[in-house]
Amino acid sequence: MTILRAVLRRKLALFGLVVIVLAVLAALLAPWIAPADPYRQFFDGLTLQGAPLPPGGDFILGTDLLGRDLLSRLIHGARTSLVIGVAANGIAVMIGSLIGITAGFFRGLPGALLMRFTDLMMAFPALLLAIVLAAIFKPSLWIVAMVIALVNWVQVARIMYTETVSLAERDFIAAGVSLGASRARLLFRHIAPHLLPSVIVFGTLGISTTVLLEATLSYLGIGVQPPTPSWGNIIFENQTYFASAPWLVFFPGLAIIILALAFNLVGDALREILDPTMKGKF
Amino acid sequence: MAAYLLRRLLEVVLILFGVSVITYLLLYLLPADPVRQIAGRSASQETVESIRRQLGLDLPVYQQYWRYLTGLLHGDLGRSYIQRSEVSALIAGRLPASLQLMVAGILAELVLGLSMGIYSALHRNSSTDNALMVIAFIAVSAPQFVVGILLLYVFAVKLGWFPIGGYGDLRHVILPALTLGIMGAGWYSRMMRSSMLNVLEQDFIRTARAKGLSRFRVIARHAVPNALLPVIAMIGFDIGIFMSGIVVVESVFGWPGIGQLTWQAIQRVDIPIIMGVTLIAAFFIVMGNLLADIVALFMDPRIKLK
Repeated sequence: MTILRAVLRRKLALFGLVVIVLAVLAALLAPWIAPADPYRQFFDGLTLQGAPLPPGGDFILGTDLLGRDLLSRLIHGARTSLVIGVAANGIAVMIGSLIGITAGFFRGLPGALLMRFTDLMMAFPALLLAIVLAAIFKPSLWIVAMVIALVNWVQVARIMYTETVSLAERDFIAAGVSLGASRARLLFRHIAPHLLPSVIVFGTLGISTTVLLEATLSYLGIGVQPPTPSWGNIIFENQTYFASAPWLVFFPGLAIIILALAFNLVGDALREILDPTMKGKF
Repeated sequence: MAAYLLRRLLEVVLILFGVSVITYLLLYLLPADPVRQIAGRSASQETVESIRRQLGLDLPVYQQYWRYLTGLLHGDLGRSYIQRSEVSALIAGRLPASLQLMVAGILAELVLGLSMGIYSALHRNSSTDNALMVIAFIAVSAPQFVVGILLLYVFAVKLGWFPIGGYGDLRHVILPALTLGIMGAGWYSRMMRSSMLNVLEQDFIRTARAKGLSRFRVIARHAVPNALLPVIAMIGFDIGIFMSGIVVVESVFGWPGIGQLTWQAIQRVDIPIIMGVTLIAAFFIVMGNLLADIVALFMDPRIKLK
């Protein structure tokens, strides 16, 4: 609660929180608030020459190349972005924490092996790895989420490892050991609570990275597949005509930027609140 | 120091070996059959099988990998399945364009990011500082393909200042370089701001002021160089981000670099090219990280060698 109050006190974070709440509402209520069916190709959704309609008029944000209502596709696209953003990042933070904390707490050979594997994964260009993974599995919403998780856990693992190692060397852990605390007790009662802030911060900041990666994969045509609307694939489908129909790039692009920005702002505020020593740092 | 470098270089070799194993296995799992891609849909079963034998794709995967690895140790990245050419020649042909784009991208992010960060730090908590930091947040939240298409729309289509994509003189490189650099500019401006604020609080800055140096001299000669060092050390880490970035940026702008080469190779299941590019990219990334560590070592003698 105190955390929430601290977030609400910061103007930028408050803006981010409002955007996230609105996006979640839009995603949950999509079928009811979207003005039209996102898959329906309207007969009057194209001009007589077959070009998409600009914003204004019957279709508030205009129509796409197939005469579908852009606003409705954007509202349904919020589902895609949020489901993948939250799920993929959740899995990434879980895998990363598990590997990082295990390696940091147990050290020795297993720890060294886990961290060498993490180093190895860091050497892959993230997007290239995601593209190859996406090409192996047939892209669906959940596969895209898995692919992103498999690419994004690496950073989390590195940071969790460093934090666990430095915690394990602190005096209160030595005190715990000399009092005869079991390893499980040390890990869950003494180390884990100190790692929770980082998990919360990554759980938020990482969603922004995930939203961007999903959009990029979908833009390249290997993420979420049309006709399921995703903000990235709306741009992918319509980009050839961006010079004559810029709204088909502008509005989905704006949606991606605002949602990623919101998670960045809230995540950054959380980092400052939860870790005062980081104040003012990046 | 020599022992440390040797150990790190050995690590580089091991990591590249690991990358080659993982990539090979992943590409082996690709559901699309490269032989079908080469032979075409109408090819007879016999043709398909003879091509498969010719490429050695009928062997078990570990034998295929062994053949690849021995070739690699002789500097041979194999031949492209589709384009009848050596992979190393294809990559070498495309590398200059990509390097040009990356150097321009690094320049763009440093010039934009550092100047924003310095200005913000010197006008701490002013409305310009707040505005610049909001801009920095937007920059790190904007996907490159959106930035690229919007820049093209405004500056190439509407204003006509720059050509719509393509490769050639300086005018062609500006928009792609900005697209590649904007996200990094956001990060650098925040890092530079906090680094400057950190340095400005140090005693030697107070000493410099107390000596009666002009404000400009204190900032330009004492504060900025010291604040710059930890930030510049991060450039090594940019290489990994740029290796991903060029796939998108080259695709938006039709830039003929290795990003495009890779993208086409993935669509045509041209496995030797994907392999080769991944290895080259991993090499650059690992060397970039190594460079960043070495720079950090020279800058801060307190960092002890493990």
